[in-house]
Amino acid sequence: MVIDLDKCSACQACVVACQAENNVAIIGPEEAARGRTIHWIELIPYIEGEYPHLKVRLLPRPCMHCDNPPCTKVCPVYATYINEEGLVGQINYRCIGCRYCTTACPYTVKYFNWYPPEWPKEMKGSLNRDVSIRTKGVVEKCTFCSHRLLHAREKAKTEGRDLLPEDYIPACVQACPSGAMYFGDLNDPNSLVSALSRERRAFRLMEELGTEPKVIYLSEGM
Amino acid sequence: MEEKELRIEEDVVLFEPIRRTGKSFYLTLSILVAIILWAVWAYLHQYHHGLGVTGLARPIFWGVYITNFVFFIGISHAGTLISAILRLAKAEWRRSITRSAEVITVLVLFFGVGNILMDLGRPDRMLNIIQFAQFRSPLLWDVSSITIYLTASTIYLYLPLIPDIALLRDYSGKRKWFYRIFALGWKGTEKQHRLLEKGIAIMAILVIPVAVSVHTVVSFVFAMTIQPMWHSAIFGPYFVAGAIFSGIAGLIVAMNLIRKVYHLEDYLRPVHFNNLGILLLIMTLLWFYFTFTEYITVYYGGEPIHMTIFWSKFIGRFAPYFWGMFLFCFVIPLPILSFKKTRTPFGTLIASLSVIIGMWLERFVIVVPTLTNPRLPNESVIYAPTWVEWSILAGCISFFILLYMIFTKIFPIVSIWEVREGREKSMAEVQERIKTYLPGIGVE
Repeated sequence: MVIDLDKCSACQACVVACQAENNVAIIGPEEAARGRTIHWIELIPYIEGEYPHLKVRLLPRPCMHCDNPPCTKVCPVYATYINEEGLVGQINYRCIGCRYCTTACPYTVKYFNWYPPEWPKEMKGSLNRDVSIRTKGVVEKCTFCSHRLLHAREKAKTEGRDLLPEDYIPACVQACPSGAMYFGDLNDPNSLVSALSRERRAFRLMEELGTEPKVIYLSEGM
Repeated sequence: MEEKELRIEEDVVLFEPIRRTGKSFYLTLSILVAIILWAVWAYLHQYHHGLGVTGLARPIFWGVYITNFVFFIGISHAGTLISAILRLAKAEWRRSITRSAEVITVLVLFFGVGNILMDLGRPDRMLNIIQFAQFRSPLLWDVSSITIYLTASTIYLYLPLIPDIALLRDYSGKRKWFYRIFALGWKGTEKQHRLLEKGIAIMAILVIPVAVSVHTVVSFVFAMTIQPMWHSAIFGPYFVAGAIFSGIAGLIVAMNLIRKVYHLEDYLRPVHFNNLGILLLIMTLLWFYFTFTEYITVYYGGEPIHMTIFWSKFIGRFAPYFWGMFLFCFVIPLPILSFKKTRTPFGTLIASLSVIIGMWLERFVIVVPTLTNPRLPNESVIYAPTWVEWSILAGCISFFILLYMIFTKIFPIVSIWEVREGREKSMAEVQERIKTYLPGIGVE
């Protein structure tokens, strides 16, 4: 995934789209004030420099889907793992809720269900049937909408063709009104994301940790 | 027969707790049971509603339970380790204290493990740890090494108990069938003694590396992540030292209590407290050394992400905890333990209570500040443990005391046969041994 910060207007459409697509619980203002909010993608303030040469950006932060993820190493039950596509998955039905992965992730992209997930009555009818509802006591995180990948693959199979890059994009990318988010195969040298990732503006969050994140940002104003 | 009767008279005070149970025992028992029931209710409340009833939140995913886990595993280090080292070093003053130490280890381990289980969001799935075990996870290392440790220290507690159980089988009126089973047909023959001594010696050697590994691995849970101020190579030895430190303190407190309650002044003498006090003093200094090293390397490295946490401990939000830890772990115990005059049973008791509080704070100061300041900017959340967490901590402590009390009612808390052996044999043995140390005395 590539996120062009020049184009990002911090409108948070990605956050809303994700919330709806992935059945992310809505926990209400009280619990939110206690730090129990769940956002698979979130805008975080990224402050560089010191006063008076401050530069503040808002970064959309999904899961980085690291190639060398610190979270999968520490899970005692293989509930979080990296699959052959390079997606870091989370098996809600196996997670024991020890929260070791949540503490080990340097990007703090993992969330815990402190209570059973809840939605306002009006929203219950519109939950996405492709995404399983979590229970209380398990960890959840951005999956790059991997249920869409399953769908796309099945569709391609029934149509008797290979999977095309445009068959599968996550909800956040789809929803971005300014086209700031790109999604594709980084291993394919001809793909758009691969070309963008080699741009001069490209950087990754905390690359120095050696986690090899697969979310690439294009810095603005260069 | 008459001679044997006389022998029981000799250490009659050691049999007293098993023979007679007074009113104060039942009174304490009911208070403890009340606290435990309260804690059970608190846990059921948490089980029913979810971990939301604790003060935990994102990014502070771990709090009091993990602190308790590290703390209780730490306390467990007194027993077996101290007893094993003293046995191997043939320290004669060990004889009346080893039993009370070993019991701490075995009993307190359950609460270390229990706190991890209570911290789980889905305790009903805990057997996944066996079914889907992933050995790359340091938590799995914990599971393995604590299991080995619990097994080894239980055997190590049980072996020296056998001759005492046999004594109870022969001379105590109560629960004969029970003692008969656990005495394993002990008759006190020469051969049985030889086997027992051998078994104890093997276990004493075996249990030391296991004990060291346990707390090293506990520290690895933190040190193996790349989180600032957790990812530290010194954590293994730092945790082991801290564990022994709090463990000795726990032992001194327990010894003080049984000494007073069961009138064992003659068995647990000031000299025992003096010697353990010296050990505790060494550990105090060692603790300071490790803490100093840990923090000064962070300070000189000066990485901003580390320094945020560093300052939050030194002058920021966690300063009361940090300086509290320093006060209780170092400032209070150091002067008390430094002077022979204050290294009395009471003096060491005060120092030990202070160390126990301080070491709990130390664990807290390791776990929480790092999580409060994650690498990416985050909504600032203040972790305040709720009544559920405090109740469970109180429940764990009460339950531990309860089990310890019950143990003293079933088994002698001072190893009777070892004390007798000391009286009968070791005088001569020690004299012989000393001769082998010295030049110019006719021993080849």
